[in-house]
Amino acid sequence: MSIDWQSLMAPLIVPLVKIALLVFGLMTAAAYLVLLERWMAAWVQDRLGPNRVGIPLTRIKLFGLGQPLADGLKFIFKEEYTPAHVDKALYILAPLSIMAAALAIFAVVPFGSVLPLDLPGMGGQPIQLVVAPNVDVGMIYVFALSSIAVYGVILGGWASNNKYSFLGGLRSSAQLIAYEIPLGLGILGVVLAAGSLRLDAIIMAQAETGLWFAFTQPLGFSVFLIAAFAEAARLPFDLPECEQELIGGYHTEYAGMKLLLFLIAEFLHMVVAAFLIVILFLGGWHFWGMSVPADDLITWPQAILRILVLMAKVLAVILFFMLVRWSWPRFRFDQLMNLAWKVMLPLGIVNLLAVAAVVEYQHDGNGGGVALPILVGWGVALVGWILAASLAPLHTDNRPRMEVMQPPEFEPEGVLSR
Amino acid sequence: MKANDPSVTWIEEPKLGLAGKMYLPLFVQGLTTTTKHLFGPKVTVSYPEVRPKIDNPLIYRGVHRLNKDEKGRVKCVACFLCATACPAHCIDIVGIESPWPDREKYPQSFTIDELRCIYCGMCEEACPVDAIELTSLFDLTGRSREEMIFDKEKLLSVYDQTKDAEPMKSASLGGTL
Repeated sequence: MSIDWQSLMAPLIVPLVKIALLVFGLMTAAAYLVLLERWMAAWVQDRLGPNRVGIPLTRIKLFGLGQPLADGLKFIFKEEYTPAHVDKALYILAPLSIMAAALAIFAVVPFGSVLPLDLPGMGGQPIQLVVAPNVDVGMIYVFALSSIAVYGVILGGWASNNKYSFLGGLRSSAQLIAYEIPLGLGILGVVLAAGSLRLDAIIMAQAETGLWFAFTQPLGFSVFLIAAFAEAARLPFDLPECEQELIGGYHTEYAGMKLLLFLIAEFLHMVVAAFLIVILFLGGWHFWGMSVPADDLITWPQAILRILVLMAKVLAVILFFMLVRWSWPRFRFDQLMNLAWKVMLPLGIVNLLAVAAVVEYQHDGNGGGVALPILVGWGVALVGWILAASLAPLHTDNRPRMEVMQPPEFEPEGVLSR
Repeated sequence: MKANDPSVTWIEEPKLGLAGKMYLPLFVQGLTTTTKHLFGPKVTVSYPEVRPKIDNPLIYRGVHRLNKDEKGRVKCVACFLCATACPAHCIDIVGIESPWPDREKYPQSFTIDELRCIYCGMCEEACPVDAIELTSLFDLTGRSREEMIFDKEKLLSVYDQTKDAEPMKSASLGGTL
């Protein structure tokens, strides 16, 4: 009996190649995003930014593109110091868990569409550019793992046995729990409209109509965008690690490779957020003017174009993340909570209701075409935003006021006469 | 001071309009400011390749020099005023009888410890004959402490180096020349 090894191995090798590509790509991307972040920071502040490190042992500078290598080497050669007062097991587990969770999310995130490669053993199917294709609960998987990320933060804060770290961990847990809800509500609108939890199906739904969900659900988009910023703990929501108040937050006590794991995981959270924003609301690999053939009819140029479009969009969203960092001041903690519970949560529900109503109306065969969802979406967004702004403003005035600051009247007569 | 002190003026904050409550002006303001600066001119000077421009060499306090007169002799008359004025005690002068008829003394040796100097410019102000001056050379480096102790010859050579770019300050600044 002869076994067709080739066709048995292909289903094993293809995912392994994808994982290797993805991990390598993500690590490189994280390193270069650090450089990009420093460049953006410098440019916004009228500086030049890192532009000296080039090819090692030469004088070639390459605009500072060697900087990530130097940074990485620095982290590797730093002393792996573990303070005496920490909970050793949890202290080591925290960066591992946050990194593992951040990487595992990418298992269902498509980094392209499909490749028309006809490999033996794959049944003539094109190769899907996802590590785990055909996961029907892709969205739920992403959600579950992004919730696990908070464990790394809390564990790090707890194990460090340091008040600042602990406060950072606590803030992080409160913030992430609060913003998971608007994040989920934002996603639900998209899932209802697309009719699937699969990320590739959600992209397909937008590609077929050419209407990205950002245009039909502007309210859901803004709720999701703001919640994604908070979930990734980026400014203006970086309270878990705000330097001015908490030194470094939950990673104050970390150094060397463990700190590097935390920092990479933070960047991966931002990358995941950017991918989700692009996939759910900005059409994924779709761009107007691109033909949308079925997956098994796709040609090489189309497949590569899709990858490029997706990556360009993700990069644009990441640049927006970095620009926002320098544009607005950090929220105060009470404002953060107000925004989550009094503004984002109601707005998310309103958006969900509006989407559900439109989907149900059109599902019954009534007309309205593409104009109806857009009109309803923008109308609801405008009315909802104005209502939320006038009913539950973020503005909480706790500055000194004359009537509050008046000293209480002191009447010494009673004391003296007794 | 108490809160109800009559000299305290209490100001009411202007009320937020609808746009302000909707967070829109702040949103637009922040993004336009950062975007403008993102593409705006940069202020960084890439130092070793690009030399920073010194606005006014006349008032810049860099490396010292000992000026020479028209005959090429050192202008210093070894009066010790600079050494006395120096708060860091970095000037060491040995004065001997001058071979020239126009002055009584001149410095046999004149050393400044450039590492000890705090570049305050007091020596320059104290000098009655405008012999010692601070130039606009700012990137002074050396490989040893000994190298950074400048003797008379070195200080005179600094003058030769900088005299074209920076003529003696005295005339324009109301000095004795």
